Formats: sequence, structure tokens, C-alpha cells
Amino acid sequence: MKEILADLDAWRDEGRRVALARVVNVEGSGPRDPGAAMAVSDNGDVVGSVSGGCVEGAVVGEALDILQTGERRMVSFGYSDDEAFAVGLTCGGTIHLFIEPLDW
Amino acid sequence: MSELYDRLRDAITDERPVALATVIEGRNAGAKLVVEPDGDVLGTLGHLELDRIVSRDAVGELAAGRTGVRHYGAEGQARETDVSVFIESFSPPPIMLVFGAVDFTAALARAGKLLGFNVVVADARSVFATVKRFPMADRVMAAWPDEVFDAYGYRLGPHDAVCILTHDPKFDVPAVQRAVATDVGYIGVMGSRRTHATRLERLREVGVDEKSIDRLMAPIGLDIGSRTPEETAVSVCAEIIANRTGHSAPSLRDGEGPIHRPSAEG
Repeated sequence: MKEILADLDAWRDEGRRVALARVVNVEGSGPRDPGAAMAVSDNGDVVGSVSGGCVEGAVVGEALDILQTGERRMVSFGYSDDEAFAVGLTCGGTIHLFIEPLDW
Repeated sequence: MSELYDRLRDAITDERPVALATVIEGRNAGAKLVVEPDGDVLGTLGHLELDRIVSRDAVGELAAGRTGVRHYGAEGQARETDVSVFIESFSPPPIMLVFGAVDFTAALARAGKLLGFNVVVADARSVFATVKRFPMADRVMAAWPDEVFDAYGYRLGPHDAVCILTHDPKFDVPAVQRAVATDVGYIGVMGSRRTHATRLERLREVGVDEKSIDRLMAPIGLDIGSRTPEETAVSVCAEIIANRTGHSAPSLRDGEGPIHRPSAEG
């Protein structure tokens, strides 16, 4: 999260609403460790990353949805899920993300 | 509303250790604690006893530099799984002390920055130890090893690195003596095998024991055939990573023969 703090501060100063996605668990081979973070602003700007680029697109969609509904939730991407074929986590592992509005 | 975020951001920005505990599953998902190493806590997970137990665990995880999910009962009970808490440790950046303002120093300092180190360059010769020559370093000290270790020695741990590039016994010997007295995870010393053999004699003369000598990665770096300062910096940084993770990689220390030998590329 450290590397996106400056962007988060700037967005907050501009009064943007922001969703924060963090990797909380990785099973098998995963590109980023727990703690990897990305953030999405309400106009769709993105900073940071949670994988090697495999699932970021899908995370943006989830994050924007969470900004709409305000409901924080766990989202998983993995080889074993149907989702994996849709978004393509090529490393063969499963990553679990916690996505929430940055309202704290 | 942003009190938790502000506390977290300020600690990270000031390079103070801090942990963030977030309920990710169970009642009060999203509830948070910001925990400092002395046990000072901001926030609540919705239950006093759960707060107490999670804070205690967060202090432990922070000390170990670990990040991960832990499970608790709704009131903090062990061996129950009502509540999943993601505890994220934010440690200050590791330290890389580079001794010797030589040709290789600038490249190593740049590579150290790339890996997220807080890089300190030191040389007793004030003409060479200048910010102008090492603008990428976080700090440049015109100082003898003793002064540098007085300032940083007590902070060095398994994730930190000391790289001694001076290959001059006048500086090497006191730097190694002070480095082996710390808990630093990596000590690399530059110089040919012959230089290192001479250095070892001097180190033994001043009373450095064999266990300490075993900690030295000398000649410094992995045996990847690097030649330029930049390539050497990559080999040193790769050795620092391999040393920390315990993965196997061919260190020059563990081989024989000349460091610079003909390569396949010709």
C-alpha cells in the first residue's frame, strides 16, 4: 500500500471516492504476496497492482461496483474458478482479495 | 472519518513500524485497528476482548514482519473461526550501508534503491563522500566505519545489508569488525580472492572469530560473470535476496578460481 499512498492522498484531497483492493491470501503460485494493493477512483483511475496484470481489469469492475453499493467483500480469482477462464490468472494459483471503500 | 487512514499513512510516511488489522470475514467486516509496536491502538473491531487479542497478535506479527490472515472466535477465542482478520505489517525500509565511495558504489546505491533499501553511502575521505557523487543515496556520510555503526548498528537486523567496497584494510577491517557485532543479515566484502585472504589474516589478528568470518560473503556477489559496476550491483543485490530467502544461487564465495574469467559470450 505504501507505493500508492501519495495517489490516495491526492484523490482524497480532490474529494474522489476510492475503493481499495488488497491481496489477503494466496494459494499455490501467485504473482504478488499478501499486502499487494491497488485502488480505483470513482472515475475509473487505477493505481497499484494485485497480480502480474492478470486480474486487474476484473478488479476494476468489482471495485466500481463496491463504490456504488458500499458493500465491502472478499473476491477470489483462481485456476479452479470459472472466473479464471474469464480473466486468466495464468500462474495457476488462487488469490483472495478484500475490496472496500476507503471510508476509514 | 479518516482518522485510521491518517494514523496509518503518517506512520508509514515517517518510516515508523505499524500494523493494520482488518476484519475481512464475519461480523463487522471492514472494522479496523491501527496498532503500533508499543501496543498503542486506534479503532475497534466491535468487541473489547477481540480488540485486545488481535492487538496483541498484531504487535507480534509486526515484530516478525509478517502479513497474513488469522482466525478468532467472536470474542477473540483461539481455535475458532467466526472472524477472519487480515493483519498487515508495515515495516520501515531495510537499510543498506555501503562503505567506500568507489566506482561500484553509485550503481550499487541505485540498485539498492530499486529494491527499496534506505541506502547510506560512507567513506572517510570527504572529497569522495559527497551528495553530488551519490545523489541517489538517502544519506552520504564522510565518516569512519565506527561513526556509521554508532549511528546505524543497533538498527540492523536480518533484512538489512552491509556492503564493504573499499578493499583497503584501513577501512575494511574496522567495518567488518563492527558489522559482525550486529545482527545484520548480509555482509558482503569486495576484493579478489587474494585480497580477501590477506584481509582474513588481518581480521584474525584483531580477534574476529571463525563464526563471524563465516558470515562474510567475500568475494562479494553471485558468480554470474558480471563486469561493469551495474552488472556487479545486480550480482550483489541478487546475492542479498538469495541470502535472505535461503534459496540456492552460486555465490562467488563458494567457488574457486578467478572472479573475472572468459565468458561464453566471448
